[in-house]
Amino acid sequence: MKSEKITKYVLFAVSLIILLIFAGMVFSLAGGAMPVFKEYGLKFIISADWNPTTGRESYGALPFIIGTLITSLLALLICFPLSFSTSLFIAEFYHKTRVASVLGTIVDLLAGIPSIVYGLWGFYTLRPVIIALGLSDQGFGIFTSSIILAIMIIPYATSLSNEIITMVPTELKEAAYSLGATRFEVIFNVIIPNARSGIVASYILALGRALGETMAVTMLIGNANIIPDGLFSTGNTMASLIANQFGEADGLKLSALIAIGLLLFLITAIVNALGKYIIRKFS
Amino acid sequence: MNLGSDIAYIDTFHRRKVRNTIFKIIVIVLSVITTSPIILILSKLIIEGVGQINLDFFTQLAPDTFQAMSAKMSGEKIPGGIVNGITGTLFLVLLASLIAIPIGIMAGIYLYENGSKRYTNLIRNIADIMQGIPSIVLGIIGYIWIVKNITHGFSALAGSVALAIMMLPLIIRSTEETMKMVPESIKEAGAALGVPYHRIILKVMIPSSFSGLMTGILLAVSRIIGETAPLLLTTLGSPVINFEIDKPTSAVPLLIWNFYNDPNMIDLIWSSSLFLMGFVLILNLISKRIIAHREKN
Repeated sequence: MKSEKITKYVLFAVSLIILLIFAGMVFSLAGGAMPVFKEYGLKFIISADWNPTTGRESYGALPFIIGTLITSLLALLICFPLSFSTSLFIAEFYHKTRVASVLGTIVDLLAGIPSIVYGLWGFYTLRPVIIALGLSDQGFGIFTSSIILAIMIIPYATSLSNEIITMVPTELKEAAYSLGATRFEVIFNVIIPNARSGIVASYILALGRALGETMAVTMLIGNANIIPDGLFSTGNTMASLIANQFGEADGLKLSALIAIGLLLFLITAIVNALGKYIIRKFS
Repeated sequence: MNLGSDIAYIDTFHRRKVRNTIFKIIVIVLSVITTSPIILILSKLIIEGVGQINLDFFTQLAPDTFQAMSAKMSGEKIPGGIVNGITGTLFLVLLASLIAIPIGIMAGIYLYENGSKRYTNLIRNIADIMQGIPSIVLGIIGYIWIVKNITHGFSALAGSVALAIMMLPLIIRSTEETMKMVPESIKEAGAALGVPYHRIILKVMIPSSFSGLMTGILLAVSRIIGETAPLLLTTLGSPVINFEIDKPTSAVPLLIWNFYNDPNMIDLIWSSSLFLMGFVLILNLISKRIIAHREKN
């Protein structure tokens, strides 16, 4: 009996480690961000001025918050028609066929490609196309980053939506078919209304992925510390700014970068929690 | 029924069928477009990368920029390989696994054993949130915790802590899920024989769910192996092979980043990426195999 108690306590203690790691992360990020929030207060979040030159130092996170939101939302917009069609292909049109499982495997492979490889491909293959189309001079910017981000989040959006779509009760679909509905009508009048919240949740979770993507965006967005003023403008996201400037940072600049890390942490946590909450309610 | 409504009926029926067909074609076309990036990326890696892969690639250190430049000027292949990156990646993965696997499996067993209580649900939610934390933020954590306070410099330990935190939620989740598949009866048989609880865990639960645990670990490793961003902030990179936990260490993705930033080394990025990609794919295939094998039995 005694050894049983010990085992139980050990397991409990280990679960406590998870809690401690999480609390420690929040604590460390908040601690590291403290100096910059003391200096600027909440103005840090709404200021658009980022200037690390000594003597004229000024730090504001707004350009990067906006850059992150624009690239991620645009990525979601580009991703949706592709991944939703793929979900319908796999989970409805060709459900349980060989061709659907092959397509599923191919889409899953996308999740296995490292971010830096996406960046390289974007730099050497996609960027020249953007330049050739005359969309921008150098090919860097919000639009290029968003296309790569869209490709990167396709597997996450697809696999979850697949599950949600297959969860729609067969009786409902068959009832509609028996009344003479076409597949198009079943999809839009039975599947989508029934699976709506689950589908929304899977795209929210995919958005959570896009918000934090670092390397590929760093290589493609052009790294300009400005609020992007158009689709083809250069910019920076919160993640790409940290990747770019963390190396040589100290003092107030380091604190500003940690503060941006804290904001990114909070934004992704909220987005993910929202997605998980909807999924849980759905199932 | 009159003729007019009949024609109207046939007309809408026809329109509905056409709409259905057009929609189906759109879905198929967009699905095919979705597969194109993976094909384009893989073929680019293979076409550009295969040429540089030879024995040296796996046994030599990464060249410096002068070696690469002089080789380039005399029209030769860039000398050297990525052995410091390969050993670095293996070292980091090993360290991260040593941290994440025991903690992850024990926490997973705890969650499984204690069902749905307020505290266990809190841990589950935290694991969920941790899974969504961007890897660059974990790099900052590795920097604050280890680089600044423990190793006082960039180190393998800092990188592996960041990677371990990435692995943890995946292992916790997969452990809990696999434990649910262990039949209650064999655990009860053990308990009925008076086997102590820790021995039931070690001798019954872990062995009988071994393939599931293995799959979770392999998938977690394949997730972290290509990570670049957290390593930039923690392990930095190194031109030599390093197996000391308090020293900067290279890794394959870090080498790719260096090659990318050095115009003389461009030729090496594709072969390194091809290698990294191959590694991730093999890990994924093995874990898929294990899953398929288990589902058959």
